[in-house]
Amino acid sequence: MSLAETKAEKFESWNRPPVIEPDGEGELLEVAMGPHHPSTHGVFRMDVALDGERVIRLKPVFGYLHRNHEKIAEGASYLASMPYTDRLDYMCSLTNNWAYALAVEKLTGQEVPERAEYLRVILGELTRVQNHASSIGFLIQEMGASGTPLMYAFREREKILDLFESLTGSRMMCNYMRFGGCRVDASPAWLDAARRVVAGLPGFIDEMDRLLTSNEILMARTQGVGILRPELAINAGVTGPMLRASGVNYDIRKVDGYGIYNRFNFRVPLGDHWDVYDRFMIRMLEMRESIGILEQALKDIPSGPVMDAKAKVRGFRPKPGEAYGRIEAPKGELGFYLISDGGPNPYRYRVRPPSLINLTILEDMCLGQNVADVVLIFGSVDIVLGEVDR
Amino acid sequence: MKTVEEIKAAIEAAVPGAGVEIVPNPSPSAQHSLRLKPDHAIEVAKFLRDELSFDYLSNVTGVDWPDREVAEKVKVTRTVTKTVDGVEQAAEETVEETRKRIEPGCLEAVYHFYSVVLKQGPLTLRMRTVNRTDQVELPSLTPIWRSAEFQEREVFDLFGIVFTGHPDLRRLLMWDGFKDHPMRRDYVEPDDFEYEPTARDEVLKRAQAHKDSEQQTVNSGQRPGAA
Repeated sequence: MSLAETKAEKFESWNRPPVIEPDGEGELLEVAMGPHHPSTHGVFRMDVALDGERVIRLKPVFGYLHRNHEKIAEGASYLASMPYTDRLDYMCSLTNNWAYALAVEKLTGQEVPERAEYLRVILGELTRVQNHASSIGFLIQEMGASGTPLMYAFREREKILDLFESLTGSRMMCNYMRFGGCRVDASPAWLDAARRVVAGLPGFIDEMDRLLTSNEILMARTQGVGILRPELAINAGVTGPMLRASGVNYDIRKVDGYGIYNRFNFRVPLGDHWDVYDRFMIRMLEMRESIGILEQALKDIPSGPVMDAKAKVRGFRPKPGEAYGRIEAPKGELGFYLISDGGPNPYRYRVRPPSLINLTILEDMCLGQNVADVVLIFGSVDIVLGEVDR
Repeated sequence: MKTVEEIKAAIEAAVPGAGVEIVPNPSPSAQHSLRLKPDHAIEVAKFLRDELSFDYLSNVTGVDWPDREVAEKVKVTRTVTKTVDGVEQAAEETVEETRKRIEPGCLEAVYHFYSVVLKQGPLTLRMRTVNRTDQVELPSLTPIWRSAEFQEREVFDLFGIVFTGHPDLRRLLMWDGFKDHPMRRDYVEPDDFEYEPTARDEVLKRAQAHKDSEQQTVNSGQRPGAA
């Protein structure tokens, strides 16, 4: 790659990535970071052009884990895709289930019983806590703190996964939600176990806080790195903690109030420096808010059915039409767009993956930064390749 | 939130000749959509972003509508000659005929917009290509909303809609050398032949077909596992 090539302005547009000029003479160094680099969270490649340590150009390359999830879903019945959504973002299978169930419920107009809504909120927020905890752990791991914070996070995640296993039968591939409710009811013993785990979570977050939040190395490495302006974040469709770390007050739990989220009191933490440190802090604070929601939900959960006994499971055929349903998944806006032609399979099934779309501005955040910071910036986006490549 | 009718009226007032059409959605979600003519799409997009505050383009996707045969019952009036009492007379007669016609297919791009400022949404917008074979261009909205960048690449990759004005239109998920568009409904999956140790008639037939097709393509060197 010659220097002239990087200078070429390929198109006129106000929101293209900035053009970074190399300082010195000579050739740029082209590095393929990935697809087997441990910091890429799976199989993902970044083609990076470097001038010394500075990043001049960065092109993400996708598709190593592509299996055309959408095509498979269009060949299967509505319910048959439910276990397959677990494999999208395999850290958060329950929120994937929820998003898909929500989209189908919009398509058919099914009602969800009260208790099922509470269970969905409890499981969704537990998923958020374990996802944020492990994403912080991975971020610190990539900074070089080998092991300790990640293992602290995984210890807590394991308790939550144990809860998932005892309720749904599986730690990660839960396949729990159904159209119009949930698959099985939670026993009182399970709810007590969940209350015990939730009661232990604030202590864990305090511990992480003491360990990390004012850690000098962490602050030196993350503050002022990977800045994402709010206007660009909105324009580039960034969602979730990434968007809120850029100071945009947009949480779909508040905006749409889907499920029963408008019954709970919680705050939406916002960043004001828009950098990697803010993304780390937003996740810490969101975990605290999630614990608040969990405590309210576990206190108020009513008794009753978790699914309408007359709901049609076999021979499920929605009337022709379409629906777009979305939820605030731990990684951002997870949406499902379905078109029904009246048949047993969806005519069109589309997943709006937050992980993929949050990577749109990866290049913008990394340009001009050091190559070691690319790993951190990428880690702060928090992606799962199962969802990026689908 | 404005209704689709109000948004349609606002677009038509701002961009004359925009040619907006309401596509009703009969499902309980009641997310009706607007279909745009691609000619004025950029102007309409700018109007949506700047005037109606749809600053966030959430979802971009494609839909494939293949050619389909539509059977319609048509009432036809024609003159027939009848013989009444031995005298031939011309009389008019109405009969029902079933006519079949081919409705030409197209590719469709679907956009879902939200407003972060006003906390509204969704607004569904759709655009259709002329056909599915040679006129598959649609204007790219990436210069207006950056979030379309990867999603339009994905639609190009999987459906084959060519977005004119996209800064970097390459395949996203499939590899660069790949030829077809896998999300199209008439996509034929490749012959993923695997040797089976318990060869039966069917398997042997398939193996032979695979061998023939392999010989037609460029085949250099020995494939592993080929006996």
